[in-house]
Amino acid sequence: MDDQYSEQVMEHFRNPRNVGEIPDASGVGNVGNSVCGDIMRLYIKVDENEVIIDAKFKTFGCGAAISTSSMVTELVKGKTVQEALKISNHAVAEALGGLPKIKMHCSMLAEEALKSAIDDYLSKKKKA
Amino acid sequence: MRKVYLDNNATTKMSKEALEAMMPYMTDVYGNASSVHAFGREVRLAVDAARAKVADFLGAASKEEVIFTSGGTESDNMALRGVAHALRGRGNHIITSNVEHHAVLNVCKYLEKEGCQVTYLEADRNGIVKLDELKSAIKKETVLISIMWANNETGVINPIREIGLIVKEKGIYFHTDAVQAAGKLPFELKNMNIDLASFSAHKIYGPKGVGALYIRKGTKLTPLVLGGHHEMGKRAGTENVAGIAGFGRAAELAKIELAAESAKLAELRDYLYTGITSRIEHTRLNGDLKELLPNTLNVGFRYLEGESIVLNLDMEGIAVSTGSACTSGTLEPSHVLRAMGVDPVDAQGSIRFSLGRDTSKEDIDYVLDVLPPIVKRLREMSPLYEGGK
Repeated sequence: MDDQYSEQVMEHFRNPRNVGEIPDASGVGNVGNSVCGDIMRLYIKVDENEVIIDAKFKTFGCGAAISTSSMVTELVKGKTVQEALKISNHAVAEALGGLPKIKMHCSMLAEEALKSAIDDYLSKKKKA
Repeated sequence: MRKVYLDNNATTKMSKEALEAMMPYMTDVYGNASSVHAFGREVRLAVDAARAKVADFLGAASKEEVIFTSGGTESDNMALRGVAHALRGRGNHIITSNVEHHAVLNVCKYLEKEGCQVTYLEADRNGIVKLDELKSAIKKETVLISIMWANNETGVINPIREIGLIVKEKGIYFHTDAVQAAGKLPFELKNMNIDLASFSAHKIYGPKGVGALYIRKGTKLTPLVLGGHHEMGKRAGTENVAGIAGFGRAAELAKIELAAESAKLAELRDYLYTGITSRIEHTRLNGDLKELLPNTLNVGFRYLEGESIVLNLDMEGIAVSTGSACTSGTLEPSHVLRAMGVDPVDAQGSIRFSLGRDTSKEDIDYVLDVLPPIVKRLREMSPLYEGGK
């Protein structure tokens, strides 16, 4: 992979899926900081069978950050929480046809946001 | 799709005139300028003629003060390393600023490893070097001051004339990276108390791969590239004759067109800035409009990250950049904007628009049509934007 974005990255960047918020989200993940350049907020809606039925995101970041955000929301939909926990940053990057080396940390952001949203869901569930 | 190139501080489109001036030296006139025979003499004349044109454009006292190099970066390297090495016996202190181009900053870091002491002056909020700090940084070991004339990312202009006066009294060499100032600001180097100045042809509608270092007569400098006696013994290597010829022609045209072009560009630049601020909320001008190159505008779009704006504009045929092209491989926000005290988030969302000879009012109108919806869409996607509502 060279330092250019793949066609899939650009396609997701042009038409990001699932941008927005879920007001009654089951879990919300907030990761990143603006000093390093990327912030991602991921919302998931989980049904009674532990299946993620919806996911939305808001991201402050470069092309790779937006594309990986978009891709991770696509990947988790329809998966159970346990299945979603297994989604790695490499899986997100791979689904996008790879990322430039210098941008691989953006895929970490997507993985961390997903884990953070699931953590949030699980801790809320425990309390309930 | 309309194509609008607003990245002229990265590079410019070479003029047809410059290309025409180069063509003979690519094929038919191929001698080595150092050769005694007629083939060589003809080429020597071409190099000398180009040198005279560049010297005239820069307002040098004589053409012997112009040394051709491979470009601005080499000129910066040659000036800093050349002076540091030549004056090693006299002192080892260099003063520069924290908003310089990497071609100066990274040379300074290298010289530090070699045992030089370097003071990095902090620019003020508008990106301008503070004269009183410059004065107080000077010590008896100081041999060189290197301050850029105009900043590549922001277009901010430093008080080079005033720095020249300070330096003159102290007998310290003064180098300026004038790559962005050339062709945009009027000056006569012979009246400026500047000892060394770096220039690049491709920023003034000339070819890439050629530049110059102005070396005022009598300035001591150790050559960077060693070999034959080319360029008056200051820079070895067979001359890039076609490039030099193109540079000469570009310099000649830049001199003729400077006044009218600067006025036109400043008008278009102001039109762009007014257009942006009247259509888009939460923006910030990086720099002070009164002290900017006529062609450059660096604007921060709060709550946004620069690359996503650049990519979106690119999809609409518009070329702009985040900071300098040389730093787009890094993830850190611009060192220039950070040095100016710009908040890291605002620095991330800053875009440089650099206009050029071919920029038209229609181009700017197109940008003003395309940009607001992009900013709106990206802000709706930004988790930081809620505060701005």
